[in-house]
Amino acid sequence: MTDRHSELPATPMARQIIARRSLLDAAKAAPVSLKVAGSIVLLGLLLVNALIGFIVVDGQLDGEWYDFRDLGYAMERLRIELDEVNLGPWLSYWVTGLIGGLGILSFIGGFLLIGSWIERRLLARFQVRMGPNRVGPFGLLQPIADALKLMQKEVLIPMGADRLLFFLPPVLVFVPAMLAWGPIPWAPGMSYLDINVGLLFVVSITSLSVLAIWMAGWSSNNHYALLGAMRTVAMMVSYEIPISLSLIVVVLITGSLNLGEIVAWQTDHNVWLAVLLPFSLFTFFFSSTAEINRTPNDIAEAESEIVAGFHTEYSGMKAGLFLAVELGNALFVGALVATFFLGGYGLFGLEQWIPPYVILAAKASFGYFVFIWLRSTLPRFRIDQLMTFAWKYLIPLSIANVLVVAVETSIAARWEVEAIFIYGSFAVVNVILTVIAVRTWARVAGYSSSFERPEPPRVAPMIGGLKAARRIKAGA
Amino acid sequence: MTTPTEPYVLNIGPQHPSTHGVFRIRVVMDGERIQDIDMIVGYLHRSMEKLAEERTYTQNIPFTDRADYLAAMSGNLGLCLAAERLARVEVPERASYLRVIFAELQRIASHAMANGTLVSDAGAWQTPLLYMFREREKILDLFEMTCGARLTTNYMRIGGVAFEPPPEFWPALLELVDELPERISEYEELLTQNEIFIARTRDIGVISPEDAINGSLVGPALRGSGVPWDLRKAEPYCIYDRMEFDVPIGRNGDVYDRFMVRLAETRESVKIIRQAVENIPDGSHKTDIPLALRPAPGEVYGRVEGPRGELGFYLVSDGGPAPYRFHIRAPSLINLSLLRELARGASLSDAVVTLGSIDIVVGEIDR
Repeated sequence: MTDRHSELPATPMARQIIARRSLLDAAKAAPVSLKVAGSIVLLGLLLVNALIGFIVVDGQLDGEWYDFRDLGYAMERLRIELDEVNLGPWLSYWVTGLIGGLGILSFIGGFLLIGSWIERRLLARFQVRMGPNRVGPFGLLQPIADALKLMQKEVLIPMGADRLLFFLPPVLVFVPAMLAWGPIPWAPGMSYLDINVGLLFVVSITSLSVLAIWMAGWSSNNHYALLGAMRTVAMMVSYEIPISLSLIVVVLITGSLNLGEIVAWQTDHNVWLAVLLPFSLFTFFFSSTAEINRTPNDIAEAESEIVAGFHTEYSGMKAGLFLAVELGNALFVGALVATFFLGGYGLFGLEQWIPPYVILAAKASFGYFVFIWLRSTLPRFRIDQLMTFAWKYLIPLSIANVLVVAVETSIAARWEVEAIFIYGSFAVVNVILTVIAVRTWARVAGYSSSFERPEPPRVAPMIGGLKAARRIKAGA
Repeated sequence: MTTPTEPYVLNIGPQHPSTHGVFRIRVVMDGERIQDIDMIVGYLHRSMEKLAEERTYTQNIPFTDRADYLAAMSGNLGLCLAAERLARVEVPERASYLRVIFAELQRIASHAMANGTLVSDAGAWQTPLLYMFREREKILDLFEMTCGARLTTNYMRIGGVAFEPPPEFWPALLELVDELPERISEYEELLTQNEIFIARTRDIGVISPEDAINGSLVGPALRGSGVPWDLRKAEPYCIYDRMEFDVPIGRNGDVYDRFMVRLAETRESVKIIRQAVENIPDGSHKTDIPLALRPAPGEVYGRVEGPRGELGFYLVSDGGPAPYRFHIRAPSLINLSLLRELARGASLSDAVVTLGSIDIVVGEIDR
């Protein structure tokens, strides 16, 4: 080996890779002491910030309109001020409603822009490649470039398509995806639709999109789209039931359909429902992957089978709307999981000085991260396996879960000991029951030999044709 | 009351994410079930066999790169062995060792591609594919070092190989050979015990040994069904008779077995490369042959065990510098013929995975 070769890698591609070392690699190469010191400084800053917030802010700002931790107070104050202008009662509601709606829409819109970049970069990291890194710093402007491209593209309407039904779905699928954000509580008083049937509202609004998807699949005059739409409808209708059953359990424990009160219950009892109801969390999360077409249940858009499913024939910004809704739904499910099972905007008292909506956004983003993680890890189910899973496994177990929790709530109402003792014991019982139920039910209902640990290939002791194959098989 | 469903026609390809090239299947479907399929090939036809009749034997080697474009080295080797038998050319021992090293590297790269796309077809969105591409990239880097090309290598010649590998090739090869067993274990951990993957591939696309023989299957598709047939053992060429390696065979003949056989074959290839590197003799890497080789009139059928199975070359010489007839026995085309039987009655998802497990290369089917 010559010196030239020991310095430079031998191929042009390897040289290019070395030449384009990223910032992350530079950070990785830093000495360990520097990393430790940096982490200590960061942690210290966080702690000091928290202490200052606790000393300065604690209790003094509660309910004031300039309390930025809960923008609901500011809106309430604005509404009262507008009422005093005497231009009619409609003004105050319209103005505050518009501002609140714009707030939610801009949050989701911002996420739709950054979300696709996050997903692509993270997927790339999981898949040992770089991801988009050419447009803007770290490829941050890539989503904008994509959106511009989509807008410039021609919107094709396939021959023989039902023009009206083909036009409507991208709009119809977008509206419920935005509406469903209404009842999510961002802070104690900060909820766009503070209605006492918030949970029912969420479940009913989210199931509207199945109509739009069916319309899209039917009107496209394309067999891939039709197959995708049929799969989606079957899947969504089946998985509505486990979702509803798992949410009924939440209602049983907290005693309210109002999302704000569900979160308040968790904050009051200092417990996350994820600990109390592990099976409901699992059911909800898994069923949601079927509802919003994420891996391992993305069979409605199974790329390797039916190209893009129901939106195969859509082009330009119409396809973009479908993709945006998919992205937004993933974050929405993250927000729902956070609200129902992970304590919503609460973080064991930390919400006193961190704005609660930041906590909720962080938890929802964590849910989104889990979706990306699953997408980069798992293969896809087949449609019949998925339906079997819903009807044979999830639904019977969910009904049993409802029964168990109903008994527990009635015990909790009658038993006069400390709440922490009651719920602590329930948590232990539920976790144990979940593990036992999942394991035994998998053995009882439809346990198939294909789930057994398959044997690796064997070494051929001889070489030959059919006779040798038969002898090897008989000998084994 | 049940309403009868009406069968409809679904056209998969020539542009479709899982047809592995420009290959078209016309599927008659009843709901999610496949009633019948009709395979339409020829979108990549380049008339290679006819064009070859106008070119000398050496000029025909690039055609074999472009026939099976994922296993160019194996194609080179097959044609060179056939032509050498026809023209009675002796090959130096060092060239044989080099040929085996490159053919086995090519087998690893090709199997990585096949297994990666199979798992991708099963729905794991590109992650296993890209993991397997890591090793494939390193192998292609080795090819690039040696002959300047990554895919269409055009490396072997009648009577030897074109170039001696550069000095930095050997340490890089040894490093790769040390690394590969770890990587293969990693894939086994990640994939072979994944319940979703098992549920998608076990008992899907089962080929019995009898069907496999009757359908004239070759390569991992045949060995996955449990038939212990490997040309490297049955009819050793080059220096395979001096190598110690095993032939893995499946138990069930399903998609999972074909996947596992490929993975196990990768391990065996690593073993072969290691032995070849240890024992490679010094000497010349090629014999000089006349520029326009004129074999005596006659015919020959030379075959090698390519990544996809028995890759045969049928050459007829009329004493001139170009072959009178040049025919490639393409394993992909013959393995594909069983897809119709496998897909009937299966669901669309299963058919896609089965097609992935057969591992076709359209360049070789159409030629």
